[in-house]
Amino acid sequence: MLELTTTRHNPLVDPSLHVWGWEIPVYLFVGGIVAGMMIIAGIAMLRLAKGEDPRGFFSVQTPLLGFMLLNVGMLALLLDLAHKLYVWAVYLTLEPLSPMSWGSWVLLVVYGVLLVSALIRLPDAWPWLGARVPALARVSDWLLARPALIRALAWVNIVLGVMLGVYTGILLNTMVARPLWNTTILPVLFLVSGLSAAAAMMHLATRIFPGRPAPKGLVGGALAAMVQNLGPQPPEKRTGDALVRADIGFLAVELLLIGILVIGLLSSTASHAAAAELVLGGPYTLVFWGGVVAVGILVPLVLQWLELGHRIPHTVLPAVLVLAGGFALRWVMVNAGQASQIVQAAGLH
Amino acid sequence: MARLGMVIDTRKCVGCMDCVVACQTENDVPHGYCRDWITTEVRGTFPNLTMEIRSERCNHCDNPPCVYCCPTGASHVEPLGKTVQVTSNRCIGCKACLAACPYGARFVNPKGYADKCTFCLHRVKEGKDPACVSVCPTHCMHFGDLDDPKSAVSVLLATRTWHTLLPEAGTRPRVFYLT
Ligand code: SF4
Ligand code: SF4
Repeated sequence: MLELTTTRHNPLVDPSLHVWGWEIPVYLFVGGIVAGMMIIAGIAMLRLAKGEDPRGFFSVQTPLLGFMLLNVGMLALLLDLAHKLYVWAVYLTLEPLSPMSWGSWVLLVVYGVLLVSALIRLPDAWPWLGARVPALARVSDWLLARPALIRALAWVNIVLGVMLGVYTGILLNTMVARPLWNTTILPVLFLVSGLSAAAAMMHLATRIFPGRPAPKGLVGGALAAMVQNLGPQPPEKRTGDALVRADIGFLAVELLLIGILVIGLLSSTASHAAAAELVLGGPYTLVFWGGVVAVGILVPLVLQWLELGHRIPHTVLPAVLVLAGGFALRWVMVNAGQASQIVQAAGLH
Repeated sequence: MARLGMVIDTRKCVGCMDCVVACQTENDVPHGYCRDWITTEVRGTFPNLTMEIRSERCNHCDNPPCVYCCPTGASHVEPLGKTVQVTSNRCIGCKACLAACPYGARFVNPKGYADKCTFCLHRVKEGKDPACVSVCPTHCMHFGDLDDPKSAVSVLLATRTWHTLLPEAGTRPRVFYLT
């Protein structure tokens, strides 16, 4: 028997030890989507540079949508900080051992790159702004006339997307104190889950008022600039199918990674095995297997596969489920991770 | 430069919590929070039980994960005694260090920054022991330079059996418990 009358390492025993609430899962989720969108947009921009797909929804609107989503994520991040007025202190230094430090610098660069990428077709995507700021059209023409620059920008998007996608996983991974997080699979899992959520997000976006002319006004125009395909036609069918096909791939890999994560924990130290118990019969079991795996991966995997085979009509349901599952994954990892701890040796000292 | 550490004799400690109150008073710890606390550990099967009472706090680890994860350098190793300290006006309150510490030694001060035991560095600078050490009625706590083989702490560690908390975390704690 081993009985400890205080282990302070438990927010239920000592509320002052509560670490992260809803804000961090929201940020990790949105950050993951933006990361995935940057990678997909980068690939689309490579096609744009080759002269293919000039209407290119992904290369054109994605950076703008990503930019707005990132604002939501950053707001959640700011809300989480307990010493908000000192947030500038992050940008006084670069701490190489702290993923949160270099991640913050990556975020700054991501903002810049998303803005520049959005400028490629901004006046076409958001005519309201284009008509009022004629310089935007000149910037856009200048960029479009330089395929080498667009190609470079595409690669910057892809590389930054990968960095943004993995850094949060590395951040959690470095914490020895929380065994559930100490697995090198985590950064890869977050990256792939971000990619699948990004594909779902863009799928959803292409289906909001498809084929209708873009609203002209300030607010409607801005919204349409983020989510509506350029021009009066809906996005080509093969574009939508390509997204669905990519998402099937991402979801399958995610399933595999989750399997490796659980097996890896179970076959590691007593502390890691105890951490796995949190989702194998512990309080997070239902959300993990029901929410993340069944609703977030298995069901949309089957639905999308049937859609591609024309056995059921295309709907937005799989995309919505993938997004819900992506959030559930971050929620479980952040909360169960905080509940996991190093298990004491049972023998006498 | 010294490498400060603490040695606590669990054979003498009675768990009176004088150290906890002394710390709260000395350091103006906000109401409801503590920088040190008492843990009682019972092991074995009745009637063969052993009990250890410990006064616990930040271990000022030699390999401190809380310092590595800090994005601003607010959590740092102070040259004085190689102790782990927090510069409150560099801390953004991200709580990464709270998550990284395997001992639950840190908390968020109601003012917003990460807070924890400082080894009473302000007293050490005046040549005094930390408040907890100086008030202990059983004299079970000792404080000094671990790098000096003649210091009281080094002599105790050389002559008695001891353990540290969660050595498997790899943090190399500098609060030692004599058994
Ligand atoms: S006990 Fe915790 S807070 Fe103190 S130095 Fe070690 S890891 Fe950091
Ligand atoms: S809460 Fe403060 S001291 Fe702790 S890691 Fe964040 S910035 Fe550093």
